[in-house]
Amino acid sequence: MPEKGWRELPIGGKILQGGNSVEYETGSWRTYRPVVDKAKCINCMRCWLLCPDSAIYAEGEEMAGYDYMHCKGCGICEEICPVDAIEMVLESEKDKIPADERGVKAIEEAREKAK
Amino acid sequence: MSKVLPLTGNEAGAEAMRQIAPDVVAAYPITPQTELMHRFADYVADGVVPTELILVESEHSAMSACVGASAAGARVMTATSSQGMALMWEILYIAAALRQPIVMPLVNRALSAPINIHCDHSDSMGARDTGWIQLYCENCQEVYDNVVQAVKIAEDKDVLLPVMVCYDGFILSHTVERVEVLEDHEVKEFIGPYVADRPLLDLDHPVTYGPLDLQDYYFEHKRQEAEAMRNCKPVIQRVAGEYELLSGRKYGPFDEYFTQDAEHIMVCLGSAAGTAKAAVDELRDAGEKVGLLKLRVFRPFPAEELIAALSHAKGIAVMDRADGVNSIGGPVFSEIRAAVYGHSSAKISNYIYGLGGRDIDIDMMKSVFQDMKDGKYAEQAYYIGVRE
Amino acid sequence: MAIKLKELSHRESRVAPGHRACAGCGSIIAIKEVLMAVEQPVVISFATGCLEVATTIFPYSAWRVPYIHCAFENSAAVMSGVEAAYLSLKKQGKLPGESGNKDIKFIAFGGDGGTYDIGFQALSGAMERGHDMLYVCYDNQAYMNTGIQRSGSTPRGAATSTSPAGRVIPGKTQFRKDLTKIMAAHDIPYVAQSTPDRWRDLMTKVQKAMEIKGPKFLNILSSCFRGWRCEPQESLEVTNLAVETRFWPLYEVENGKWKLNYKPKKHVPIEEWMKLQRRFQHILKPQNKHLLEEIQRDIDRRWDELLFLCGEEAGPKPEQS
Ligand SMILES: Cc1ncc(C[n+]2csc(CCOP(=O)(O)OP(=O)(O)O)c2C)c(N)n1
Ligand code: SF4
Ligand code: SF4
Repeated sequence: MPEKGWRELPIGGKILQGGNSVEYETGSWRTYRPVVDKAKCINCMRCWLLCPDSAIYAEGEEMAGYDYMHCKGCGICEEICPVDAIEMVLESEKDKIPADERGVKAIEEAREKAK
Repeated sequence: MSKVLPLTGNEAGAEAMRQIAPDVVAAYPITPQTELMHRFADYVADGVVPTELILVESEHSAMSACVGASAAGARVMTATSSQGMALMWEILYIAAALRQPIVMPLVNRALSAPINIHCDHSDSMGARDTGWIQLYCENCQEVYDNVVQAVKIAEDKDVLLPVMVCYDGFILSHTVERVEVLEDHEVKEFIGPYVADRPLLDLDHPVTYGPLDLQDYYFEHKRQEAEAMRNCKPVIQRVAGEYELLSGRKYGPFDEYFTQDAEHIMVCLGSAAGTAKAAVDELRDAGEKVGLLKLRVFRPFPAEELIAALSHAKGIAVMDRADGVNSIGGPVFSEIRAAVYGHSSAKISNYIYGLGGRDIDIDMMKSVFQDMKDGKYAEQAYYIGVRE
Repeated sequence: MAIKLKELSHRESRVAPGHRACAGCGSIIAIKEVLMAVEQPVVISFATGCLEVATTIFPYSAWRVPYIHCAFENSAAVMSGVEAAYLSLKKQGKLPGESGNKDIKFIAFGGDGGTYDIGFQALSGAMERGHDMLYVCYDNQAYMNTGIQRSGSTPRGAATSTSPAGRVIPGKTQFRKDLTKIMAAHDIPYVAQSTPDRWRDLMTKVQKAMEIKGPKFLNILSSCFRGWRCEPQESLEVTNLAVETRFWPLYEVENGKWKLNYKPKKHVPIEEWMKLQRRFQHILKPQNKHLLEEIQRDIDRRWDELLFLCGEEAGPKPEQS
C-alpha cells in the first residue's frame, strides 16, 4: 500500500476497511510449509478452525488447501490433525510438492477489492 | 425567546445539558462538579432527557466510556474537576486523537497535594496540550453559552475535537447569578443533529478504531490533529456569530475591556476577570490608561489576534491561576510572551494568584497595574496574595 | 445445540489472515474461536496488548467486525460506552443504516495484564453496572507484549522477565489470583472458563453467553509459546494439559449455579504440564521438589473446593502419597 500524506488519510487513525490485513503477506515468515494428503484427510475441519492465521480454506464443508500467502508455518495443523494427513515440509524443499497458487489468487482478489 | 433564571454555574451547565440532551453521559462525582451531575441525574430519572447515564467507577472509565460511546456514534458529555481530570489524563489525549467531539464542563479546582477543593486552574492548564479545545468562563451566563456553543464547535466536520468548558469551582459553580437561557427548541436547532463519521455501530462498514501506528504513520495522524486545531479558529468565530444572532450575546476568542488606547494591559481568564474589570473602572476614573484582555479561548491559542490586540501596549501583566512550577512563570504567561515576541516592545510580567481558592480582590488587581506604572517587571513570576 | 465444524465451515473467520501475531500464537486462536461462535452482529473492543498490536498495524486491520482499541486498562469501560450508545440510539431510533433492526452483541477483550491487573477496576465496574456485554480475558499468564513480565495471573514458580528463576528466588513467588472466582462473586448471570484446544467447550460457552442478557465473563487460558517457552506447534497441547492436570478446570457459573464441564479421568500430576514449558524447568529440579509439592497441593486444594462448589464427588487422588 503506498504511504499516504496526512491530508489523504481518514481522520482519527481509523482503518475503514476492516479485514484489509489480507493484503499483508505473512507467508514469508514460514520455514516449514504444511502439505495435506487429501487421500488421508477426513475433513473434520479442525485445522480450519484452529489455524491461528485463518490460512486454511474450507469449501463445501471440506478442507480445501492452504493460503500460503498467510500461513506462517507454525505446525499446529499438523499437530492437531487426528489422522496425520498433514506434513510439514521445509520451504527449501517445497518444489518437491505440487505448487498451489490459491494463496496468491486470494491476495490478488483482496487487493482488487480494496481498490 | 429567552428567559431569565437564577442559576449557579453548575445549574447553568446542567440546564444547557438538558437542552442538548446528549445520547450518553458518563459521570463520576467530585467536588465542585457534583451538583451539575445531581441535577442532570434528576433529568434522567424524570425522563426529561433520553440520555443513557453511565455511573462509572472512576473518571478514567468515565472518559473511556465517553470515547466508546462517541465512537459508536452518540453525542456524548461528561464533567469533572481536578483529581478527576488528572485520572482521565491518559484518555484525554486519546479522545482528541481519535477525533471524538466529546464536550466536558471542567469545574476548575486545585490539584493535590495538599488536597484542596477550591478553585485554581492547575487542572485544565495541565491539560492544555492534550488536543482539547478549551473555553474559559467569567460568569454563569458564559458557562451556559459556552456549553451550548461547545457542542457545535466540537462536532463541526472540520474540527471533530473534544471541548472542555472551564469554569471556576465554587466561585462560579456554586454562585447564583442571573442567566438568560434559550428556548429548548432554539438550542436543538442551533446544535442540530449529530451525524457521526463512520461510527462503530454502522455494521455495514466494519471500521477499526484505535489501531497501532508505527513510525510510518503516527506523525501524519498527529499532523492531522494539529490541522483540526487550526481549523477551529474560524469555526469558533462562525459559531459565535450564529449564537449572537440567536442570543444577542457576543463571543470572540477574547474580550477587550478598554484595551484600545491602554498603555498597560492585564491579561486574565476565568472569574477573576470580573474583579479585574472593577479595578480597570476605578483606575480609568482616576485617568489611567489601563485595560483588560479576558481570554475565552485558550485552545486553539489565538496568537495572531492577541498580537493585534496587545502589541501597542507599553506593559502587559499576565495573570495565572496555575503555577507552572518551572521557576519562570505560569502557562498563560509563557504563551502570551511567546506570541507577542518580535511583535511588540511591551514589557511583560507574570502574576501567580488565587491558588487553592485564595481570593483576589480589587486592590490586588490595582497593585498589578501600579507595578506596571512603576516600571516593575521581573523575569520570574510574582506571587500575589500569598503570605511571605 | 451441538457445534458442528462442517456447518461452521461456511462462516468466514472474523479475524482475517495477515495479522502479525507470532506463528502459532495460542491466544489469537482463542479469539478466533470466540468470534466464530457468535452468529449475531458483534462489536468488539480490545485492551492494549499482543493481540491488539498484532491485528491492527496501520494501515492494516484484521478485524472484519467493528473494533475499537482505546487504552490498556479500559476495554470494559470503553465497551460500556459503546453499549450505552447502542441503547440510547436504539430507543431514539437513531441507529445508522441497517443496524437499527439488529440485535447487536458486545464483546470486550483483554489479556491477563489488561484484565486481572490494570483493567480490573474497569471490568469490575462494568460488570456491576450490568451492561449487556461479554468480557473475554485471553489469559496467557504474563504481560507478553512488553516482554513477558509477571502478572497477577502468572502461576507460582513460573519464570518471567521480572520474576526470573535466579540463584536465590525461583521464579514468581506468589500464587496466581483466581479471577474467574472473583468474577463469579460479582453475581453476574454467567461466568465461565475454557481453553482454545477445548474448542467445543469454548464455543458452546460463548454461544450460551450470547443468549444471556446482562454482563458475562469468560476466562480463556490461552498459550503464548514464547512466554511459556514451549514449541509453537504445542500451543494447543499445552492448554489441553492444563485442563488434564486440573490447573485450569473447565467450569461455568450460571445464575449462581456452579457446574463442572469436564472431569479428568486420572489424577495427572502438574509436572506433566510443566514439562512442556521451559518457564518451569527450574521447578522440576530436585532441589525445588518442595516447591513442586506445594504447587501440587495448591492445585488439589483449589480443585476440591471447585468440586464442592459444583456439587461433585471428589475425584481420583494422586497415586503416590
Ligand atoms: C497504562 C499503561 N501501562 C503500561 C502499558 C504498557 N503495556 C502495553 S501492553 C502491556 C502488556 C499487556 O499484557 P496482557 O494484558 O497480559 O496482554 P498480552 O500482551 O499478554 O497479550 C503493557 C504492560 C500501557 N500501554 N499502558
Ligand atoms: S502451519 Fe500454522 S499457520 Fe500454516 S496452515 Fe497450519 S496452522 Fe495455519
Ligand atoms: S508473544 Fe505470545 S501472545 Fe504475543 S503474539 Fe506471540 S505467541 Fe501470541
